[in-house]
Parts: sequence; structure tokens; C-alpha cells
Amino acid sequence: MPKVKIPTPLRQYAGGNAEVTITGKTAGEALGKLAEEYPELRQHLYTGDGKLRSFVNVYKGDEDIRYLDGPETAVSEDDELSIIPSIAGGCRGETR
Amino acid sequence: MQTRKPLIHETDGQVELTNEEIARYSRHLIMPEVALEGQKKLKQARVLTIGAGGLGAPLAMYLAAAGVGTIGIVDFDVVDESNLHRQIIHGTSDVGRPKLESARETIEDINPNVRVEAFEEQLTSENALDIFRDFDIIVDGTDNFPTRYLVNDACVLLGKPNVYGSIFRFEGQASVFYAEEGPCYRCLYPEPPPPGLVPSCAEGGVLGILPGAIGVIQATETVKLILGIGEPLIGRLLLYDALGMRFREMKLRKNPQCPICGENRTIHELIDYEEFCGIPQARAAEEENEVPEITVQELKEKLDRGEISVLDVREPHEYAVANIGAPLIPLGELPERLAELDRNRPLAVHCKSGARSARAVKLLRDAGFENVYNVKGGINAWSEEIDPSVPKY
Repeated sequence: MPKVKIPTPLRQYAGGNAEVTITGKTAGEALGKLAEEYPELRQHLYTGDGKLRSFVNVYKGDEDIRYLDGPETAVSEDDELSIIPSIAGGCRGETR
Repeated sequence: MQTRKPLIHETDGQVELTNEEIARYSRHLIMPEVALEGQKKLKQARVLTIGAGGLGAPLAMYLAAAGVGTIGIVDFDVVDESNLHRQIIHGTSDVGRPKLESARETIEDINPNVRVEAFEEQLTSENALDIFRDFDIIVDGTDNFPTRYLVNDACVLLGKPNVYGSIFRFEGQASVFYAEEGPCYRCLYPEPPPPGLVPSCAEGGVLGILPGAIGVIQATETVKLILGIGEPLIGRLLLYDALGMRFREMKLRKNPQCPICGENRTIHELIDYEEFCGIPQARAAEEENEVPEITVQELKEKLDRGEISVLDVREPHEYAVANIGAPLIPLGELPERLAELDRNRPLAVHCKSGARSARAVKLLRDAGFENVYNVKGGINAWSEEIDPSVPKY
């Protein structure tokens, strides 16, 4: 089953796991199942209307799925999806 | 040995090295990839680092050691004790001093041949283009999203490379955004996360050594760009997982629809980045959600008269560092543990500095608790104003 690598900022919402094995034939399916299994993850991955958030990039291997087939990107047994979020430190409300 | 065009400005005159410099850079000069030619390019180069903090500190020190001729630093912050576990350009005796002063001294001690240009101001849309204009390479060592987008946009508009690094707890990212040859930061992240979704180092913590690793990677990329050797991280995102000690690499592509570096550009000047990152809206929302507060003095008085209970909503590992003996229910567990609280008794809620406890008070009020107050300034304020024996962290 394909694996999804969870980045540090999101691990607390995925049961503390760095990697989750999930079923799914496409990237969209796999991520959807991930959000089902870890409901707290949903708001970090998806907007209110169910689209993948644009500051969260999803890679199959080393390619951004945006440049493959997006959520329809086929995912096989040995594939690895990675969620790469925007990190910057990001002081809450403060700017320097 | 050169594999690419060195990214430094053209000069009329020839740069020369003194005998002292030749002795200093001997280990560079004996390598064909650097040699005298390369060392002269380093001396000629002008590199600007935004921030003399976790990332900027090791970067500036190594660039100084390498002989980069001019190092510009933009930072208006002051050295704080909590910086010292990672910002190694500053020492204990620098606490309280402007970071720029402290950084300049360290750089000049490492290498007196380096000229430091100090910009003790906040980088804004009004000054960024002017500050960046005369530098060859910009290194982004900042810690917030609005500035990252500002730095990116200014670099794209001026055609300059942006050596990017960012960190969070045990992970880091590094890349070189250079719109002339590859993607920019907006190609990777067209939109920032909403404020509050990604914690800062002060809230999430960071392994002190981590920015050291990423800062040196940024320094390495900068030197490679100056010398025109090796393969830079243009179009590549390097991911560093310190805990697993693994490096991974993702391909980055130029986004043809990128509003600032794509085929149909819509951004031709710097914008209001705080607004872009949703900060004014978040502040307004916070103000609407303001909760009743109590100062630490008022709390002490009420506690002495036995008039109030206290609840601590931090994490167990924080409790172990410092506590005032209050019962602990971590914020994340509070919704399920409301039954443990006495609704009829006034309750003061505290955390480290007052942010999490404010959210707890809102949660409690939404659940029908009436007499709940947020301890303004948290346990840090208690330590500063009531009981200095309680450690501040």
C-alpha cells in the first residue's frame, strides 16, 4: 500500500506518526483516506470547500502532483507521497 | 572549474589580495575549484542576509571566514537570552545589545577584511528594493511569512538570487530561488498559511543546532553561486530531517501561472505583505474574541484571600520546567475534561505567556463557565512580577 510521509508540523494531528500506510489508487484518494482516518488533519490539508490547500504541497516521489495529474495522479503499491508544508517560523501576528 | 556564470556584479577595477589575505585563504587557494580567481570573486561579492538570528548567524560567520568582501545585515532586534542556544554569532555578554552590533563584532573578529553594512531597520515594501539593489545575492534567514514573500518578490523584481532556508523543530528546507533560471518562492507556495496555523520557534520550539545545519547549507550555496561552481539548489528543494538524519530532495518547477515570475505577470511592484498573509484580519478577529483578563498582581491578591482557583493549560514537559502548583489540564485535553472543573468557583487560567490560556478561557466561556479569567502574561509575568524564584523559560 502506498505510504504518506507526514511532516513534523502535522504529525500531532496524525497520531504522532511520521509515516502512514494508506489505501488509495490516486493521490486524491490516499489523502482523502488520510483525512478520514485523522479528522484533525483535514483542516490543515483541505479548505472549507474540499480543495487541497495551496500552502501544502504533495509530492509523489520527488515530483509535485500539481505537475503530474493533480489529485488524479495514479499511486501504486510502492509509491511514496510526501506532504511538504510551508514552514517559516511564522511568528503569530508579529512581523519583523 | 567554473560550471556556471558567477553571480556577482561586474567591476571596472581588478580586485587584489594582500599577502595577509593570501596566507589566510591558503586552503582555498590551493584548490583548483577556488584558486586565486575564485578568492578574488569572493572578495568582490556583496551578500545581504536578512536576519542575524538562527539562520543568519552561522551563515554570516562562514561567509566572513570564506572572505566574502561585503556582508550586509538587516536586523533591528536585540539579543535575548533565549537566542543563545542557537544564534552562535552572539554570546552571553551580548544580551541586551542590538544584534547588528554583536554580529558586526563577531564578523570583524573572524575576518577584518570583511566590510559589514548594517541596516538596523525593519524590511518593508518601502525600503526593500533600495536595500537589495546593490547586493549580488540575498539570503533569506527570516522567521515569518510576510517577510519571506517580500524578500522573494523584491528578488524577482530585481533579478537577484534568493538563497532560501527555513526550519521547524527538527526539520529544515533549503533552496535557491532565482527567477532568471528557475522557480521563485511563490512558484512553490502561491499562498501563505493563515496566521496561527504554523507555530513560531517561540511557540513550537526548535533544536538549537538545526538552524546551524541549514544556515551553513545556505552559506555553501551562496559561495557556489559566487564562484560559479557545482550545481546550485535552483529548481530543487532540499529537505533535512535531523531526527532521522536524512536528506531528501524534491523537484521544483517554475509555475507558468506564477503571478510574479510566470508567463502572465500581474505583480509588478511590492505589495502589502501583512495583508497578503491575513494578519490584519487575524488581529481583528482576535480583538473580537478578547476574553476577561486578570493581572498577576490581582491573581496573587485573590489567591491570598482564597477567592479564586487556578488552572494551568500548558503541557506536562513545561510543567516540569516551571509551575506555580496549579492543577494541569493541557489545552488539547480541556474539552474532554471540563467535568473536573468547578463551575461555581472563579477560575484563573494560565499558560506560558497568555496566548493558549486566552483560547482556553474562550473555550470555557463557550461551554457556559462564567467566572473565568485569562492570566495576562502567564507564568512568565508571574515570575517577573510576583515570584522570581519561578524559572522563566
